Amino acid sequence: MDSQVPERTPLLEMKSIGMSFPGVRALDSVSFDLYPGEIHALVGENGAGKSTLMKTLGGVYPFGNYEGEIQIGGQVQRFHNVHDSAAAGVAIVFQELSLVPEMTVAENMFLGRAPARGGVVQWDVIQAKASRLSSNLQLGLDVSTPVGQLGIGKQQLVEIAKALSHEARILVLDEPTAALTDREAQTLFAILADLRKRGIGIIYISHRLDEVLLLSDRITVLRDGKAIATAPTQKWTAETMISSMVGREVRQLFPAKNRPAGEVVLEARSVSATDSRVSGIAGVEGVSFQARRGEVLGIAGLMGAGRTELLMALFGCYPGTVSGEIRVSGKDVSIESPADAIRHGIGLVTEDRKRTGLALDHSILTNVTLAALPRVSGKYVTEESREISAAERVLQSLRLKASSLFMSVGTLSGGNQQKVVLGKWLLTEPKVLLLDEPTRGIDVGAKQEIYAEIDALARSGMAVVLVSSELPEVLGLSDRIMVMHEGRVTGEFPADKATPDLVMACATGQANQVAS
Amino acid sequence: MKQTSGTGNWRAYGLVLALAAVWIIFTIVTDGVFLEPRNFSNLMRQTAVTGVLAVGMVMVILAGQIDLSVGSLVGITGMAAVLAQASLHWGLVPSLFAGIAVGAAIGALQGALTAYGGIPAFIVTLGGLLAWRGATKGISAGNTYPVEIRMFKSIGQSYLSPTTGVVLLVLGVAALAAIVVQRNRSRRKHGLPAWSGGGVALRILLPSAIAAGFVWAFNRYAGVPIPFLILIVVALAGSFVTKNTTYGRYLYAIGGNPEAARLSGINLPLNIMASFCVLGALAGVAGIIYTARVGAAGPDAGTLLELDAIAACVIGGASLMGGRGTVMGACLGALFMASLDNGMSLKNVPDFIQDIVKGSVLVAAVGVDIWGRRRR
Repeated sequence: MDSQVPERTPLLEMKSIGMSFPGVRALDSVSFDLYPGEIHALVGENGAGKSTLMKTLGGVYPFGNYEGEIQIGGQVQRFHNVHDSAAAGVAIVFQELSLVPEMTVAENMFLGRAPARGGVVQWDVIQAKASRLSSNLQLGLDVSTPVGQLGIGKQQLVEIAKALSHEARILVLDEPTAALTDREAQTLFAILADLRKRGIGIIYISHRLDEVLLLSDRITVLRDGKAIATAPTQKWTAETMISSMVGREVRQLFPAKNRPAGEVVLEARSVSATDSRVSGIAGVEGVSFQARRGEVLGIAGLMGAGRTELLMALFGCYPGTVSGEIRVSGKDVSIESPADAIRHGIGLVTEDRKRTGLALDHSILTNVTLAALPRVSGKYVTEESREISAAERVLQSLRLKASSLFMSVGTLSGGNQQKVVLGKWLLTEPKVLLLDEPTRGIDVGAKQEIYAEIDALARSGMAVVLVSSELPEVLGLSDRIMVMHEGRVTGEFPADKATPDLVMACATGQANQVAS
Repeated sequence: MKQTSGTGNWRAYGLVLALAAVWIIFTIVTDGVFLEPRNFSNLMRQTAVTGVLAVGMVMVILAGQIDLSVGSLVGITGMAAVLAQASLHWGLVPSLFAGIAVGAAIGALQGALTAYGGIPAFIVTLGGLLAWRGATKGISAGNTYPVEIRMFKSIGQSYLSPTTGVVLLVLGVAALAAIVVQRNRSRRKHGLPAWSGGGVALRILLPSAIAAGFVWAFNRYAGVPIPFLILIVVALAGSFVTKNTTYGRYLYAIGGNPEAARLSGINLPLNIMASFCVLGALAGVAGIIYTARVGAAGPDAGTLLELDAIAACVIGGASLMGGRGTVMGACLGALFMASLDNGMSLKNVPDFIQDIVKGSVLVAAVGVDIWGRRRR
């Protein structure tokens, strides 16, 4: 990508920003700049200080709470709140979406600052402005649709449009593609390229290094609150980025495979499901597959291909709407609830740990033992010491970093939270572990540990079914790969036959390679 | 550990301090009458009804639900128990059973409508608040019935003899010591660091000293009041259920994150319905104590008690969003509310001011909690 750094005055200069929280030096003299028409990527492990840095820029941590200086267009800025920052042309799209599902796209775009005359909202003006914005960005959607009816990818685009409706000069995107399919991500990239042409400066935070390499003009790596290096993108490779991020060489992200596969543990025969609770999703249609002891079966596909729904259907989340046969260890089983699934030795690590995996206010201990409480603690009366020792055993094996089992899970980093969820399912001693996006939004170091754990679980004789939207992850971890498109299986091949091109062709419905 | 239990402790200390402050103020403004043996005994008897309700209420709140009908349940269960004696000529045990069973059945019904029927608990029990009050008026034809059985009355009005109080205290301390020693052994068995000798002693002596203080204070008047004894039994049982059973854990999990709980194999509707059923049964217990204390069942008995019970839970640290709260906190909250009632009545504070004060205290307690949380 064309990426000469223009010899102009920087749009944004953050000079020697420092910030401390009790006991932690969150930012240590970080300098960062951004030119108009540039995409400057910010990468680093979770806790490296990326979000903190952006929060000083966004006025979330007001002037006076940090050391150093922020200049926009050569002028020193003192943001006292989020509005000051927005007024100076800064727009930040955080990882968590902040849209109101019941409101329309247009209403969301102008939420809180609807054009009004004498206190009366001018709906026509909103509608017109929103349509113009939507067509400028080529969103291709009706702005009078309620946001809740859109897929998560479209919602992300609406969020970006909303940010841009402030006439922002500086756009900050925090993990914008974490929830997007590759196709949606492509749309986003096209929009970003267009914004760059118009002279907007973009700060791009992502864990997806390939994306950063493809998209950005410059890359800055943060580690432990320090800016480790800033350089034009062509000077970086994924490996140099990773070693700067973790401070050590990472040769092999994925464990070596050659795992011997054993007998079939989980078999699905023409499983179909329609999730009545989510409108507009194809569901699952006639899916058959086998998962074997000791192997990782990867399921690739785009968002909305029915992969999550397949796992949920197998796990008894849609009682009464699932047809087809499910066999565990060769026996037909009827799974009408998650409790049934657990009893038959199936575990499910859901895709959204905060929403469906953990009670964030509760302790690590109560979260990790929840699904296996009668087994690890007591059938009716709990036995705390027994429970603690079981929890400690599994969490130590996962190398959880926490000072105590009694701290609340919400205070842990994403990677450690994911380890707690994984530990919860390991305590149920499953024969089959279904993993839905197990490394979403966690840093490289923790990802690598999760990969190693998945490998170890397969080697210990578990059958692992892995759903991931990160293609390298599916390709790198799986022994066999199944591809889904619109609720159906469109491809299945052994890992050594699966190339990214082939998988994507099946995932987009352009190829069908089931007969094998 | 520092963070979560730290906040919990901070809250508990805060509540104890607030309680101490209220007691000191009332003692001063009443020239010491507030803490005189007779009034102390009264205060604890007053706490019993709210406390028993609060124990049940906190379980429902833990699961992220609410029950607005408990005041009316106190009315209808008390009426049922008395009518069983007056009209059906049932004996002591059957009439007690009648009160508790009516409460449990109504709780189960409301729980089923909420958990299986999907009607929000707020609506089901708001309807119940009205409907069960109406039913009470219906079955009593608007009349007040005196309690007939003397033993029944003594549930609300008598005292353990001072000697019995001391004997129970000694037995309680012995049981506590046995439990602490057993738990320490279990910790060692599972490879956890055992408590030091001082830790063991503290865990036995501190609760024992508090219990001994209570027994001493009661014995200065007439002995331990039976309603207070019932509250202690209910509170210990409730504390055990919430802290030491899988069921209790499931309630916390359901309130903390219902979706995560469901996907962990927990039967949400069953557990939620059970919590309403338990609360209904405890409302029956509270109804019996209330009726026995007053000596009669009237059509308006228990009106507005739901507010005291909910306030007790919230002041005691429970979150109406679910997943947070303790039985002991709810009991302290009940004691706090009863102290306000009792102290203000002693000073002849007009009724309307009492209501304003109690309402403000509820809002302030939640405000302090939320602001304290935000600052962290």
